[in-house]
Amino acid sequence: MSLSNLGHLSVGLSTYLLVGAMLFSLGLYGVFSKRNIVAILMSIELMLNAVNINFVAFNRFIWNQKIDVHYVLTGHVAALFVIVVAAAEVAVGLALVITIYRNRQSANVDEFNWLKW
Amino acid sequence: MGTIVFFIFAILSIAAAWGVVTSKNIVHSALYLALSFSGVAVLYVLLNADFLAAVQLLIYTGAVSIMVVFAVMLTLRGEVYESNPENRSWGWGALVAASVFIAIALVVLGNADWRVLPTPWTSGGSAEDMSLLLLTKFMIPFEAAAVLLTIALAGAVILAKGVKESK
Repeated sequence: MSLSNLGHLSVGLSTYLLVGAMLFSLGLYGVFSKRNIVAILMSIELMLNAVNINFVAFNRFIWNQKIDVHYVLTGHVAALFVIVVAAAEVAVGLALVITIYRNRQSANVDEFNWLKW
Repeated sequence: MGTIVFFIFAILSIAAAWGVVTSKNIVHSALYLALSFSGVAVLYVLLNADFLAAVQLLIYTGAVSIMVVFAVMLTLRGEVYESNPENRSWGWGALVAASVFIAIALVVLGNADWRVLPTPWTSGGSAEDMSLLLLTKFMIPFEAAAVLLTIALAGAVILAKGVKESK
């Protein structure tokens, strides 16, 4: 009784991969073009989401259920670990942002150049 | 019907991601980010990953977006209308991102092995099915993830709050 028996699916694997690629490229553009460090962290989250879509889509479409039934949800497990690492990353990253803001009174990455020599 | 639902929510999440990277107001960016995460959760439901869809809604839409909003609130200076500007080299960033997308799209569309339609799915995707895998085959990574989360929690608290000098 899975939720997804609502309708008859006919969208193929490439469509999901293209959606993932589009989200990844938008995140990449955000990482390159944004000045605010919180916006850069948001773009990184978008990229991690795109990778998760790819994991789950590959697991859904090209896994052979007849051969290897014990590992059949490996893509889901990989996506779950990505979610765990992303949660840890965003917690530590935002704590770093707050600490840097407290020291420098700025959240602008152009001004974070005191390691430059 | 599944196709219509897929295209509605795929376009929704991509448009929301576009809003994240182009909005001038960083609070709007954070709200668009939550919308994009919710659209991706619907895509997980369409991919028979029910548990992951619930996790996506709980962790990304519920927790990560709210943490980002709090960080925005704590680091905002000046006017909020222009809080999320582009830097000088955003044109190069757009060029690189567009090239990466074109490269991935060429690979995806050119690979005949990936031009597959879904076969009937019988292997579940519920919390029970995943827990069987997580507590047997992937037990060591599962425990390592638990340790990582604990260390990240302690590290975030220490970084944000600071360590008191003991004298």
